[in-house]
Amino acid sequence: MEIFNNHKKLFTTATVLFLLLTVVIAIVPAFDNQMNNGPLPDAQPLSENARKGRDLYISNGCVACHSQQVRNVHMDKVWGNRPSIAADYALSTRVDTWRNTATLMGTERTGPDLTDVGNRQPSLDWHLLHLYNPRLVVKESIMPAYPWLFAYKEVLEEGDIAVNVPMAMRRNKRVVATQEALYLVAYLQELKQAPLPEATTTPSFLYKPEEKSGATESKADDGLLDGQVLYAANCQSCHQASGEGLAGAFPPLKNSKIVLSKDLKLYVDIIMNGYDSRPEYSAMPAVGHNMGWTEKEVTAIINYERNSWGNKAPKVSEEEVKEVMEYLKTQMK
Amino acid sequence: MAMSRFYPLLFSCLLLYTPQVSKAHVMLPTSFSFRDMDWITCLGVVLVLFLFIASTLLYKYINQYWQLLQNRMQREEEDGKRLEYLIRDSNAEQISRLWNIINQLLKNKRIGAVLFFMLGTVLQGRAQFYEKVEDLDLLSQGGVLVTMVLVAIPLVVAIILLVVQIRKQVRKSAHMGTKKEAEELATYMRKQDDIDAAVFEKRMGALQYRLSDQELSGEAAISDEKGLLQSRNLENLPFVAKKRKALPRPKIDASSSRLIQWFIGTATFWLLFGTTVGEYLGIKFIAPDAEAISWLSFGRLRPVHTNAVFWGWSSLGMIGLGYYIVAKVSNVQLQKVNWGWYSLILINASVLLGSLSLMAGINNGGGEYREYIWPIMLLFALGLAFTLGSYLKTIAKRETKEIYISNWYIVSAVLFISIVAVVGYLPSYQDGLGETIIQGYYMHQAVGMWFMLFTLGIVYYFLPQQLNRPIYSYSLGILAFWTQILFYTLIGTHHFVFSAIPWWLQTVAIVASAGMVIPVAAGTTNFIMTFRGAWHKVRDSYSLPFFVVGIVFYFTGSMQGTAEAFRYTNLLWHFTDFTVAHSHMTMYGIIAFLLWGGIYALLPRLTGKESGQAAIGTHFWLALIGLMIYSVSLMYGGTLRGLAWMENVPFIDSVTLMMPYWLWRAIGGTLMWISHIIFAYNVFQMMAVGKEEKSLVDQVVDYLEKENIETN
Repeated sequence: MEIFNNHKKLFTTATVLFLLLTVVIAIVPAFDNQMNNGPLPDAQPLSENARKGRDLYISNGCVACHSQQVRNVHMDKVWGNRPSIAADYALSTRVDTWRNTATLMGTERTGPDLTDVGNRQPSLDWHLLHLYNPRLVVKESIMPAYPWLFAYKEVLEEGDIAVNVPMAMRRNKRVVATQEALYLVAYLQELKQAPLPEATTTPSFLYKPEEKSGATESKADDGLLDGQVLYAANCQSCHQASGEGLAGAFPPLKNSKIVLSKDLKLYVDIIMNGYDSRPEYSAMPAVGHNMGWTEKEVTAIINYERNSWGNKAPKVSEEEVKEVMEYLKTQMK
Repeated sequence: MAMSRFYPLLFSCLLLYTPQVSKAHVMLPTSFSFRDMDWITCLGVVLVLFLFIASTLLYKYINQYWQLLQNRMQREEEDGKRLEYLIRDSNAEQISRLWNIINQLLKNKRIGAVLFFMLGTVLQGRAQFYEKVEDLDLLSQGGVLVTMVLVAIPLVVAIILLVVQIRKQVRKSAHMGTKKEAEELATYMRKQDDIDAAVFEKRMGALQYRLSDQELSGEAAISDEKGLLQSRNLENLPFVAKKRKALPRPKIDASSSRLIQWFIGTATFWLLFGTTVGEYLGIKFIAPDAEAISWLSFGRLRPVHTNAVFWGWSSLGMIGLGYYIVAKVSNVQLQKVNWGWYSLILINASVLLGSLSLMAGINNGGGEYREYIWPIMLLFALGLAFTLGSYLKTIAKRETKEIYISNWYIVSAVLFISIVAVVGYLPSYQDGLGETIIQGYYMHQAVGMWFMLFTLGIVYYFLPQQLNRPIYSYSLGILAFWTQILFYTLIGTHHFVFSAIPWWLQTVAIVASAGMVIPVAAGTTNFIMTFRGAWHKVRDSYSLPFFVVGIVFYFTGSMQGTAEAFRYTNLLWHFTDFTVAHSHMTMYGIIAFLLWGGIYALLPRLTGKESGQAAIGTHFWLALIGLMIYSVSLMYGGTLRGLAWMENVPFIDSVTLMMPYWLWRAIGGTLMWISHIIFAYNVFQMMAVGKEEKSLVDQVVDYLEKENIETN
């Protein structure tokens, strides 16, 4: 065939084929998605500080380990209340003349997904401590430390936000968050899944595991949820696996009066709606509310906390907790 | 039994040990459950096989025994003749021992020692057996089968016992026969007074005869009239196989040779640099607090590693080899050599500036392999344009009528990567999810249409050349070429399965991933068939082993990519380190190994210098073993992690779960990294670097000449 012996025809044919496929598979769908997707009505554009934090997130390559996409599969349910949809990324446009759009979806999940981290972990103190050195709060973490986002000062000045770093690590100086650290945390705090409009049906999570008869993984033998697993996933990064918390940042649950108290009202209230009445500690987010917990989860966690690390208090039943939760709901209104 | 049922059966037997993991860190093997019917048929097959083996063994033993009996009956020859045979069949040691004994006997005329015993009677046990051949037609009936299996169990035991018993008898009889014969011979010798010593001495002399090693050369000193002999340095310890030296070839013109050497030299630098960074990143998984310098933090260094080995090492190495191949198969000198130099400088500048800017925190937004900002990538694209120009001008001037298939692949690769780079960096359609769709396209086309396509072109040249035989099938090469373009272009978005990009786009990518079986199988078949009948050449060559490994990984790595694209496997492996293992098996197992093969084949031709074989062997084995440790540990750990996520185990537990596998990855990575240092040393050896020490002869001549001048 002549095409085999004529370099102009051969290479032109190959190029045309490749270009054609490129247009069909990449350029047309890209245009289509760009033009036919707008942001959700309730989506909040990033604040000015958060936008600067996002630049830091990009330039430090956080996307190498953290994804920002909740896939529509059941195993991703822990990262958000609904699967991510095209509209979630519609606000993302070109960063500037030099840099391309950054949807920051990511392809690796060496660390947790951050789509909804603003709801999961809103605490500024936790984030600052974690950024200064992640192993201060999560000792198993392999995330890099970012001490260059902090400054060392002899004396605190007005408006300085000090980070509660152990003395040995700060050489008798105070560790102060720089503007950059605050920007970055602002960005993380604003990473939240926007609610879908009332009328739309939420896309479902696929590959839901079949309900096994009898015990499943997250449930103990008696059919109750495993409090230890829930604690590890939701509480441990602040209160620690030892239940001792971190002095000056997160209070201990070991020997805690609230945990061991007979009256469950305050205890359940803190788990569901957060707590911020002790100046020496950081504010606690409304973990239960954010995670959409029912009395099942709350009971499991309470019973785990009341009977761990040397704590000894009678177990509570789901009925008791349910009653308290209903009462709290009426109080809120 | 119907054969059509046999194959799925066999396959399910292979799957018998599929492990099922139900907890993050504990592997609980559960038995594979056949449907009842399959179990029975499987047992039936096993039983038939057993019967076959048992009856074969029985036949063999009975045959042996029969032969033995026959021999014994035929043995009517006299003892003298047997002694003759004995002497003939013995080796030197045996015969001298025998002679000593007989000497003693003859001298002393008495029995020195009784050496042989005789056992009583041969046991005459005769086992009776019958063979039951099962009616195979009945095997199609499930209920019958169960009964038959149950009935068969005692039968099987009986047959085993029978076989064992018969075997014992045969061996016993055989021993008995030999002992008897020995006894008879010994008695015969004892009785003799006149065994001829000459027979023994002659035979002993013959067996002990050794050549003097001077038969051909004679005693005189060597006189080499035709200059045929050359002294060779013999290696002390032959712990590496002696490989064949590269044959001297007509030299290619010095200007393009220098250009190619520079490409390979700088590629080697980027390999060392890029993998040093990679090695350090691997260590950071285990020691995250090694240091806390912003320029060396994980997120910034990771793209430095990937881009340096992509655009630095692999690209420069490929282009350099391409400059040789394109000209060689066109049968002309390389055209526009100076464009090649521009290309070299531009690409190196791009990688250098890119690495620095990434470390400084300036990147394009986080899309993989697209981290260099556009002004830096533009340098790379310009470099490509110069190379493309040079290649095309050379091909246009070719003296051959056809365009050899290597040039199809190589030139198309340069054309396509240019398109990919432009599409990837143009901004107008990249808002929102547009960016993600383009990212999927970009990253995969960079891999498949640049590295893979170009490297295949390199293999199509070097493999036939190193084997000294034509490529098996030109047509398969052409089929692979067009199907690669057709399917590979479509698979990009399989990196975003289950994400927010359109479902149909994901499906197209998955289907096309399956279609990749065609070009991969065609290419692999072509290469393997080219080896056909020439596998022994691998033993003699130090470049071919690299090609063998590269081709094996071409098949396994690419097929693994197809397997990873399916929806279920995405659940299991996406986001885990399994992907990292896959990218190393391909970019390293395929691309790097094939480039090494090409470089080891080409550089000695350019410079006339070879590297030490031990060093090349060490490079090869360290790289291969390192890669295996690296990828197996990450694949295994990645699978466990995926399962842990599917079980909704707390995330931090899936981190601690990975720790041992990250450690093994660092160990494998270290081996790979050491191998690159050795490779760099080898390249240095092969290149015309520095002033060479003159040989002894040359130095003597120099001295003589010097004296000559002084005396004159």
